[in-house]
Amino acid sequence: MPAVSKGDGMRGLAVFISDIRNCKSKEAEIKRINKELANIRSKFKGDKALDGYSKKKYVCKLLFIFLLGHDIDFGHMEAVNLLSSNKYTEKQIGYLFISVLVNSNSELIRLINNAIKNDLSSRNPTFMCLALHCIANVGSREMAEAFAGEIPRILVAGDTMDSVKQSAALCLLRLYKTSPDLVLMGEWTSRVVHLLNDQHMGVVTAAISLITCLSQKNPDEFKTCVSLAVSRLSRIVSSASTDLQDYTYYFVPAPWLSCKLLRLLQCYPPPEDGAVKGRLVECLETILNKAQEPPKSKKVQHSNAKNAILFEAIALIIHYDSEPNLLVRACNQLGQFLQHRETNLRYLALESMCTLASSEFSHEAVKTHIETVINALKTERDVSVRQRAADLLYAMCDRSNAKQIVAEMLSYLETADYSIREEMVLKVAILAEKYAVDYSWYVDTILNLIRIAGDYVSEEVWYRVIQIVINRDDVQGYAAKTVFEALQAPACHENMVKVGGYILGEFGNLIAGDPRSSPLVQFNLLHSKFHLCSVPTRALLLSAYIKFINLFPETKTTIQEVLRCDSQIRNSDVELQQRAVEYLKLSSIASTDVLATVLEEMPPFPERESSILAKLKKKKGPGAVSNELEEGKREGGELNGAGERPGDSSSTPSPSADLLGLRSAAPVSAAPPSAGSLLVDVFSEAGPAAPAASVNDDGFLRFVCKNNGVLFENQLLQIGIKSEYRQNLGRMYLFYGNKTSVQFVSFTTTLNVQLKPVDPLVEGGAQVQQVINIECITDFSEAPILNIKFRYGGALQNLSLKLPVTINKFFQPTEMASNDFFQRWKQLSQPQQEAQKIFKANHAMDTEVIKAKLLGLGTALLDKVDPNPENFVCAGVIQTKSQQVGCLLRLEPNAQAQMYRLTLRSSKDTVSKRLCDLLAEQF
Amino acid sequence: MQFMLLFSRQGKLRLQKWYVPLSDKEKKKITRELVQTVLARKPKMCSFLEWRDLKIVYKRYASLYFCCAIEDQDNELITLEIIHRYVELLDKYFGSVGVFLLFTLLEMFQINHSYTIMPINVKPVFSLVFLQVCELDIIFNFEKAYFILDEFLLGGEAQETSKKNVLKAIEQADLLQEDAKVSANCFLCVPIPRFM
Repeated sequence: MPAVSKGDGMRGLAVFISDIRNCKSKEAEIKRINKELANIRSKFKGDKALDGYSKKKYVCKLLFIFLLGHDIDFGHMEAVNLLSSNKYTEKQIGYLFISVLVNSNSELIRLINNAIKNDLSSRNPTFMCLALHCIANVGSREMAEAFAGEIPRILVAGDTMDSVKQSAALCLLRLYKTSPDLVLMGEWTSRVVHLLNDQHMGVVTAAISLITCLSQKNPDEFKTCVSLAVSRLSRIVSSASTDLQDYTYYFVPAPWLSCKLLRLLQCYPPPEDGAVKGRLVECLETILNKAQEPPKSKKVQHSNAKNAILFEAIALIIHYDSEPNLLVRACNQLGQFLQHRETNLRYLALESMCTLASSEFSHEAVKTHIETVINALKTERDVSVRQRAADLLYAMCDRSNAKQIVAEMLSYLETADYSIREEMVLKVAILAEKYAVDYSWYVDTILNLIRIAGDYVSEEVWYRVIQIVINRDDVQGYAAKTVFEALQAPACHENMVKVGGYILGEFGNLIAGDPRSSPLVQFNLLHSKFHLCSVPTRALLLSAYIKFINLFPETKTTIQEVLRCDSQIRNSDVELQQRAVEYLKLSSIASTDVLATVLEEMPPFPERESSILAKLKKKKGPGAVSNELEEGKREGGELNGAGERPGDSSSTPSPSADLLGLRSAAPVSAAPPSAGSLLVDVFSEAGPAAPAASVNDDGFLRFVCKNNGVLFENQLLQIGIKSEYRQNLGRMYLFYGNKTSVQFVSFTTTLNVQLKPVDPLVEGGAQVQQVINIECITDFSEAPILNIKFRYGGALQNLSLKLPVTINKFFQPTEMASNDFFQRWKQLSQPQQEAQKIFKANHAMDTEVIKAKLLGLGTALLDKVDPNPENFVCAGVIQTKSQQVGCLLRLEPNAQAQMYRLTLRSSKDTVSKRLCDLLAEQF
Repeated sequence: MQFMLLFSRQGKLRLQKWYVPLSDKEKKKITRELVQTVLARKPKMCSFLEWRDLKIVYKRYASLYFCCAIEDQDNELITLEIIHRYVELLDKYFGSVGVFLLFTLLEMFQINHSYTIMPINVKPVFSLVFLQVCELDIIFNFEKAYFILDEFLLGGEAQETSKKNVLKAIEQADLLQEDAKVSANCFLCVPIPRFM
């Protein structure tokens, strides 16, 4: 045994640990552990009462075993016993065990809470701290319920020791994070904010984390912290490195506190008070100046601490986005870091510049570093740094440098790490589309992308190129020629075959004049790839072949032969077989006219947000990239959604890429032109004796921005609603509650859509549930009306309610960057596309409430888009079965006048109008 | 900060601290994935990486990796210094006892295959900071390592950044331990004066 382990005390533990470490194999270790567990179990179960010390030792052993990764299912009670020991070490081990092995047994929790309560009221600061640490480590809801009321008191009490205050502040923070509803600061708010002024730096360091978190949730209540934080920061920044004694870290005064102060300030807009603002700008300038001073120490700790503050200051400057001078200085500073010998700094500089690139003030300054960044992409040895460089290139890309950046990214792709290829492909695809001046460049880029990194080109990417080619006449010939050439390569990627098949099937005729790409040559080229391809691609190729028969009658016999051969017409894959059979039949019996109609060129796709953006999801950190991302994943190809109408067509809908859209031949007008199927007969069945209730409106409006709640209530009946929406589909649960003690008979509800009947009897005090499935066929203004009839004590009751199904329920939020937003805004400039209302505020103009309502509306709330930070801008796409309607919204509050101006623009006038009407009632 | 992990070059977990509620299964999965990812990285690479929606900040000290997971808006460099300060605290606390321990243990195990110690640790270079604290201190005194961490970080946030104040709190606790007059009160590590 090591000589240090004197006495025979925890020696048992040390012996055990040594034994474990000496185990030569996993099996030996498990054997040793099982032996120990058996021993401890027998000790705990034994008749002889264990003294505190042995308990401590065994509990500690159990903890060690648990931390090795083994399960422990006993010992909790013994640990809890240790909590009430008055020996410090026993208590300490007890708490440690409880914190690590949290147990949800309610009896135990009661005992633990009791022990904690005793320690909290013990007035012994060491015990109090132990108890607070335990609460902070466990942080369960039960603990929040028991202590959330008590801890703020401890935190602000005048006689609490500093160390206890520190623990209390962070303990409260942890409880607030798990159960914000239970932590109510209320009367304590101002005293907590004033902890920023505390003499003791440690108290400030701990308290500020709590204040930051609370400020994020209730900025208004805590806004006095801004000026306090600024003056504290100013004092630290201007202090000499020795002033703060032990809070100086490698010659940097209070780096942790400085970072936290700068972080807190990022919860707020720039201070309105000129003096405060001036002081803050001074601080930020000092921090930037210090970066230029020679280091006070060569230790990496010194430079890390100093730069941590610098990066946090830059984050604040970017957050304000209003001081061009500071932004440019920040950018230059980061530029220096781009070539720093510390990998960490290069990484962070690239990351931070990404966000700078999206500010109008510094975008140009960022662009000047393009060569350095490209160089980083090529030469950095660490893939995570290269990835940051790629992100930055993406963020700094605009029309002026798109060609250069896309070319660099493409060439990087050839050697890029597998882990980041898919993302790179998406980025290239997005940039190529966004900044395409001529579409031949775009087509070249995407085909190159498939050539270089075909495996990483997802469906969205190649769907998109086809979508664009179909929609743009000027590029179709070029696209046909280019894919034809690309397909000449002996080994080409399957995705290339897909794009080639689709494009030649549609536009092969545009290059058929050249004998080198005559119809038969085109067909043979495609068919030479056929056998190497997977089933979905073959299915696509078969569709391309039938299109060929229409485009080039001379290929008919050759193609029919191919379709007729056993490997097609008797293919074991049902989809391929069906296509072969149907296409063969179609080509032999249909007249040319019919064929020409069925196989007509694809109609243009509705213009909409690229689905690729959705794919490049938030994986990326902060900055421009994420601003543009769409929320949520909407994979599965929008292209398919447009071309295919599942269900009623005769052939089996298959998940394979049916891009040729043969099924779209089914008339889209099958959907009723108006909201017909959603609408309801209003009073047609209303019993004559019943008091004809007028349609209830007020409940309805409350549901525009929310989905759940009580729709209607009177003395007899309560109707609750829960609903959920996805794309153009929705489901609504209606809960009819009988508030009386008498049963309702002949309870019926009518809606002219299919409605599963409800139970005709509703017992007194009971509740019945009804589910309604909703599909939005096209946009609509009238809400469906639900008619409810029942007999209560002989009297017929009749009730008509507007069901809160409004057009906004079918919103898909769309994230976009500022310039995109305004570009789209300008595109929707026809007078009928806009609807505007100016109205008086009906509720308090609380930013958070407004935000919540706008989010409830279903749109994406776009940050930093409107130059005026008071305004709210939102974007979303309404999904109906027949079409998608993009909507942009701007809400301008005027706090003085207590008025709002609401402007809506969408591609459909009825939608703008309806949304405007609905929303004007909400604020 | 969401969690902190300490593990050895062999991938053995030496300390884990979770500041967000997760099931044991999730914790094990995260640990496994992260240990693998970090150990696969080469020495000169940058200390930060993106992992799921978190940022990982790690640093290697002798045979131990210290690894923190922070959220998007958190500061990477200051987290790196949180790690460093924790190492300093461990170092100061275990201090020369650590080295003392090391030698006895080395003798005892005759440099057993199952752990590795950087050569620098074997040489009694007392003036070099942070190299004195070694993996063994943390293994044999795991509970102390947790107590020190709790004094320094609470709920994932820095509670007290002054080295003096943290050590004072721990030493006070050690004094209490002495006062308790438990005959066998010795953890492996006993305050420095006894041994040096």
